[in-house]
Amino acid sequence: MRSYTWRSFLLELLMLAVTVAFAFPLYVLVNLSLRDPHDPSSAASLTTSPTLQNYADAWQQAGLGGAIANSALVTIASVVVIVIVSSLAAYPLARVTAAWSRGAFLLIMLGLLLPFQLALLPLYQTIRDLHLLGTPWALVLFYSGLQVPFATFLYVGFLRALPRDYEEAALLDGCTPFQAFRSVVFPLLRPITGTVVILNAVLVWNDFLTPLLYLSGSTQQTIPVAIFGFLGQYVSQWELVFAGLVIGSLPILLVYFAMQRHIIKGFAGGLKG
Amino acid sequence: MPARTRTRPAPEAPAPPATTARVATGKKRRNTMWLFLLPALALYAFVVLVPSGRGALLAFTDWDGLSPDRAWVGLQNFTAILDDADARAAVGQTLLIAVAITIIQNGVGLLLALGVNTRIKSRNVLRVFLFAPAVMTPVVTGALWKNLLAPDGAVNWALDSTGLGGLKQDWLGDPNIALWSIVGVVVWQFAGYSMVIFLAGLQGIPQDVYEAAEVDGAGPWTRFRHVVFPLLAPATTINLMLSIIGGLKLFDQVWVMTGGGPGHSTDTLSTLIYKDAFQFGEFAYSIALAIVLTVFVAIISSGQYWLLRRQEESSR
Repeated sequence: MRSYTWRSFLLELLMLAVTVAFAFPLYVLVNLSLRDPHDPSSAASLTTSPTLQNYADAWQQAGLGGAIANSALVTIASVVVIVIVSSLAAYPLARVTAAWSRGAFLLIMLGLLLPFQLALLPLYQTIRDLHLLGTPWALVLFYSGLQVPFATFLYVGFLRALPRDYEEAALLDGCTPFQAFRSVVFPLLRPITGTVVILNAVLVWNDFLTPLLYLSGSTQQTIPVAIFGFLGQYVSQWELVFAGLVIGSLPILLVYFAMQRHIIKGFAGGLKG
Repeated sequence: MPARTRTRPAPEAPAPPATTARVATGKKRRNTMWLFLLPALALYAFVVLVPSGRGALLAFTDWDGLSPDRAWVGLQNFTAILDDADARAAVGQTLLIAVAITIIQNGVGLLLALGVNTRIKSRNVLRVFLFAPAVMTPVVTGALWKNLLAPDGAVNWALDSTGLGGLKQDWLGDPNIALWSIVGVVVWQFAGYSMVIFLAGLQGIPQDVYEAAEVDGAGPWTRFRHVVFPLLAPATTINLMLSIIGGLKLFDQVWVMTGGGPGHSTDTLSTLIYKDAFQFGEFAYSIALAIVLTVFVAIISSGQYWLLRRQEESSR
């Protein structure tokens, strides 16, 4: 290991400066959200007498409470379905060498190529005919199906690198394949399940186009749609909008700060697969 | 790992029936394991495969999204795309955005990764902050930058107060600049994402590889060019694929910041698909545009995958 030299010090200063520049927009976001609307000073100068009034107003006027609840419901339900369905599918895909298994794998991987815009419009009609438009369940259904290819791909890659010995032993001991999956295989998948959960939770929570289509005209909204509507309504009252933006980003940022070590580890693990 | 408390019985005599049992369970297993696939296949078929197939057919009709009857019009929607100046512009802008984001975001991401992979003291804190925008909702970052890039926004203010007032622009209102402003915002948001993937790749390179190159007298640039960069190939592959496909499908930031304007100067295929379907009731036409997008994504990602795979193999 090399020691800390004057070159490291200069590099440290440079990286700090770059990071400050990167984080400057976030500073403006928080700074302006705490400001009295009649304060005329520039967006970048530090707010002198911060107030939480904008937060209270934004919370009420944008219906953020309901939107956060909807987003949380959709995110949690979708991620649970994605994890269960994709890990189950990955088991035969990684372990069975028969033609049906290889064919199914290729069919599912085809989904990595199809942009969701292609399916979005025809599916809109089906969802409408099922009377699911305007309900969060339409979104849960959509994300669960849409994310099968990517999640299955991650699970299959991970599972192929795992030895078969434990599950073979369980099967010899008289377990059914499902019991072997539940009590042996699924627990071994934990590291990649963490990655699948994080990547999909961020994707589902942040998605905008799908809820814009499938929930439009209803009172049910998710965070991105609520924020977009709020922005359109109060575009001249930026203090209020910024408070709404902070509230809307807090849940996902808190999850990120809590899990950031696992996120970086998850990426490293995914690269080896 | 803690030692197991329950020791496994040592394998005593080799038991010949075990092989037959193994074959029998293997057979039984193969007979039932396709059941594991059913839930995933059902969801995937319902949400992706069947609607995509129907989309592919609907693109050859004149369906408006509402009326029950529709007529087969052959390639008419596709020839209409060729005649549609807005659609041609959107195709060009989509490709430009995707290429620009891919190059700039990964260049910045790689530099950041090299920076925070050194032995500086603040590296863990810096990583957390540089990656934070990547998890934020694009609608939120789009709204934030819509304000920062306004004529009287913080970006112009910062230029003014650093004596660079001559560079002030109407970042989102000038049709010649708006597209590049959007590229800048997407790069700002996702450079940290590229950084994390490059960082994972850098940390997979064993320390002695660096040291060996240093002992051999290679300077920093030679070390990077001939040692580090080739070993980063898997991370580069993933990064390039993710950013180019993300760029091709870009919708959220554009919709929030400019809505495709001024004029059509920032329309992408995705914003045009949305407008044609839900504002102009041209469902079939917009699905034809989605097919154009699909073709781009398929060609570019498979071509890129093939090229990079070849490169990875030759660098081994």
